[in-house]
Amino acid sequence: MSDIQPQQTTTPRSLSLNARLNRWHLLVLLIAFICAVPVLTVFSYVFQPAGEVWQHLTETVLSDYVVNSLILMIGVSFGTLTMGISCAWLTSVYKFPGRKLFQWLLLLPMALPAYIIAYTYTGMMDFTGPIQSSLRELFGWSYGDYWFPEIRSIWGATSMLSLVLYPYVYLLARAAFLEQSIVALEASRSLGAGPWKSFFQVALPMARPAIITGLSLVLMETLADYGTVQYFGISTFTTGIFRTWFGLNDSAAAAQLSSLLLVFVLILITLERISRKQARYFSTSNREKKHARLTLSKNKAWLATLACLMPVLWGFFLPFLQLTQWAFETYEDMVDREFFVLAWNSLSLAGSAAILALLLALLLAYGQRLQNTRFIYIAVRVASMGYAIPATVIAVGIMLPLAWIDNTLDSWLRSQFDVSSGLLLSGTLFALMFAYMIRFLAVSVGTVEAALGKIKHSMDDAARSLGLSPKQVLLQIHMPLMRRSLLTAILLVFVDVLKELPATLILRPFNFNTLAVRAYELASDERLADASSAALSIVIAGIIPVILLSRSINKQKT
Amino acid sequence: MRFYYHLGIVEKSSTSKDYKIVFSAYIRIILCAIFMLSTTAAMANTAASEVNVYSARKEALIKPLLDRFTQETGIKVNLVTGKADALLKRLETEGRNTPADMLITTDAGRLYRAQQADVLQAIQSKTLEQVIPANYREPAGYWYGLSVRARPIFFAKDRAKASDLSSYEQLADQRFKGQICIRSSNNIYNQSLVASMIKANGVEKTEQWAKNLVKNMARPPRGGDRDQIRAAASGQCNIAIANTYYFGAMMAGKKQKDRTAASKMALFWPNQDTRGTHVNISGAGITKHAKHRTNAILLLEFLANKSSQKWYAETNHEYPVRNDVEASALLKSWGNFKSDAVNLSILGQYNSEAVKVMDRAGWK
Repeated sequence: MSDIQPQQTTTPRSLSLNARLNRWHLLVLLIAFICAVPVLTVFSYVFQPAGEVWQHLTETVLSDYVVNSLILMIGVSFGTLTMGISCAWLTSVYKFPGRKLFQWLLLLPMALPAYIIAYTYTGMMDFTGPIQSSLRELFGWSYGDYWFPEIRSIWGATSMLSLVLYPYVYLLARAAFLEQSIVALEASRSLGAGPWKSFFQVALPMARPAIITGLSLVLMETLADYGTVQYFGISTFTTGIFRTWFGLNDSAAAAQLSSLLLVFVLILITLERISRKQARYFSTSNREKKHARLTLSKNKAWLATLACLMPVLWGFFLPFLQLTQWAFETYEDMVDREFFVLAWNSLSLAGSAAILALLLALLLAYGQRLQNTRFIYIAVRVASMGYAIPATVIAVGIMLPLAWIDNTLDSWLRSQFDVSSGLLLSGTLFALMFAYMIRFLAVSVGTVEAALGKIKHSMDDAARSLGLSPKQVLLQIHMPLMRRSLLTAILLVFVDVLKELPATLILRPFNFNTLAVRAYELASDERLADASSAALSIVIAGIIPVILLSRSINKQKT
Repeated sequence: MRFYYHLGIVEKSSTSKDYKIVFSAYIRIILCAIFMLSTTAAMANTAASEVNVYSARKEALIKPLLDRFTQETGIKVNLVTGKADALLKRLETEGRNTPADMLITTDAGRLYRAQQADVLQAIQSKTLEQVIPANYREPAGYWYGLSVRARPIFFAKDRAKASDLSSYEQLADQRFKGQICIRSSNNIYNQSLVASMIKANGVEKTEQWAKNLVKNMARPPRGGDRDQIRAAASGQCNIAIANTYYFGAMMAGKKQKDRTAASKMALFWPNQDTRGTHVNISGAGITKHAKHRTNAILLLEFLANKSSQKWYAETNHEYPVRNDVEASALLKSWGNFKSDAVNLSILGQYNSEAVKVMDRAGWK
């Protein structure tokens, strides 16, 4: 995504072209508007009076919410950037034992819902868990005799979220590193820059848009997280929103808190925008050349293996083993015929949502590239803000307009023809699909934008001057070039929908369950072992596309 | 191009033209699919003999009963489970076109809130009035309690004595410093408990009590009710507050570790000389715009009948709401107790006041 002057796209056939551009323009605005409605609905509560509760909040708990949310955001940024970038760089540039395996192993933690990993680690590391209990038995300690890291703390939450969210940074950074023309790196090396210098001065800046996109996804997800922080007893913005809504029974003040959260996000987005303006890099060469992988000395190679092993071990294998152990104890009661229906529901929902989100993202991102007015830019931003709002709140933002359409149509039909249409949209899979678009459009838009941003505009100009229409440029030039990023976008949304809970819970039709719903219902009833079969299936269902897609992302262009 | 190839949509050798056709065909397929899915989902809700339920009670804790109802009456039950407040919001936004006939919640506060939001209707049923005691139902018939859960005190047998305990109020005494485990004030059961105390003792006294209770906590509140019992059993604290059915589930559960932990703990019924132990209900109301009102009333009466009440007691270790149904053997082993007789609507009325009190007291 980048600024492009209108005159650049104006060629001699300007009239018909302008008409075409306007069509894109309208399409983008229409999609952006529809997607922005729920966010705006939440935002509209700002104008409702809720004075007394605000006074109470500012006097008592608001500062806690802000401080804890900030600590969490900083901590999770640090964790995900360190793990994500280093592993992405190692696996895309160097040779070391297990590299091929790690390319996709590193993605696995993404398949674990954050609240499930939180429950699992608590089960393992809590005071009453197996680790501490056996330590106490071994040394005859009792409570207070020894120090042990408290998992249910803000640091615990930071670790949990970092472990399941770093794949966003890893995936986008890796796609960027792989799409980087090797020529730039070779040039820097031949000019005498060492491996560190060419990483920090060439590769990293070139990958920055992708990394920032990954990071902003991570941060939005962190802000929207409820399950983990709630279970760990940390008061953040999100828990505060629910406390205000459910506890104080003040939905207006809760929506206002959500709007305040949006301000956080707006600042993030602006920062990202500024950082991109200052430095924009295009790949000037599209020479298809295989990366010659650099070899490391033996010790360094094993260190690289170790570095890549750590996130996978903590973020995936340990919790996976624990879940498997629980699942063995309980699967007889938990895996019945209905279980497979749940799995099918989850997979088909996630699959169609992922593809639909990609299509919308392509339209939005490309439309924006064609005609990047400030208005379109803002419209697209607002449309993808749903990612940072706690899903239950955004679900209300979705329910209200849909129910309004349904009820208005129904009233009109009743008054004109004396027939009732009932609810056509509310409580259907359409509402659910709409919710997923609102929630996860940011993911696919961000990914597609980052990829488009790396294709320089002279490519468009050349293609257009050779007679291709804007649509043809997208289909024949851009999409093949961005193949990896497009797959990445599909994968990210797929896994996100698979794990999605709050919106599914509140918007789904009658008698319709998913794996995430099953896992949550049991886990929230403090029946973690019983929840393990469903949680494990989410993970396994997530692994298959992760492997398939990462394989094709990895395939060299031919 | 390759991207479609990988999705199995086009052949590897397809030209860009095929691929454009496929591209738009694919959009059409998706749109059709969405449309069909949404219409079939809508049609599924219009069959004749059925009843639609929004339930905050988890599927595993209500579906078996609903299935039994279908077997006995031939009335199909359609179910959506979710969080009470979200379901309530859904009811509100759907307005008069809501498909839901019944709202089931797991606490009285939410039923009160639903009544306030004007989404329930009062129904008169002789059966229900006869079997459900007056303080467990709304006076005008807007909602009815279906099962009772108590929130007593649990203590570690080896470190505390029943003779040291007397009431919730007394837990704020200085001598219990660092001995108490209780979960977060975000939890509705704690909010209801504090609401009942505000009703009994007033805001000021309750706030002072909450402040001192926070000082006595062994650790910042975290985890669920079972976690408090486990923590007390393993020595992190001596006293825990939790709902009875969690304790029951631990004692009767499959996990050896939980059974061991529960065996180290004993139950104490607080406030027996004063107002009684705090209790709450799970219950249900018929929605204002119910399209299957008669069926919904049948279902409500079914949930209150003797065999359903027994099921609550045996499966989820809850107390039956009816006086003429015995509690399970496990529950009876904890002894009889006097429960707080306050009408449970009060808990809903004082809920937001309770949250504010806990905010000011620094109860996380």
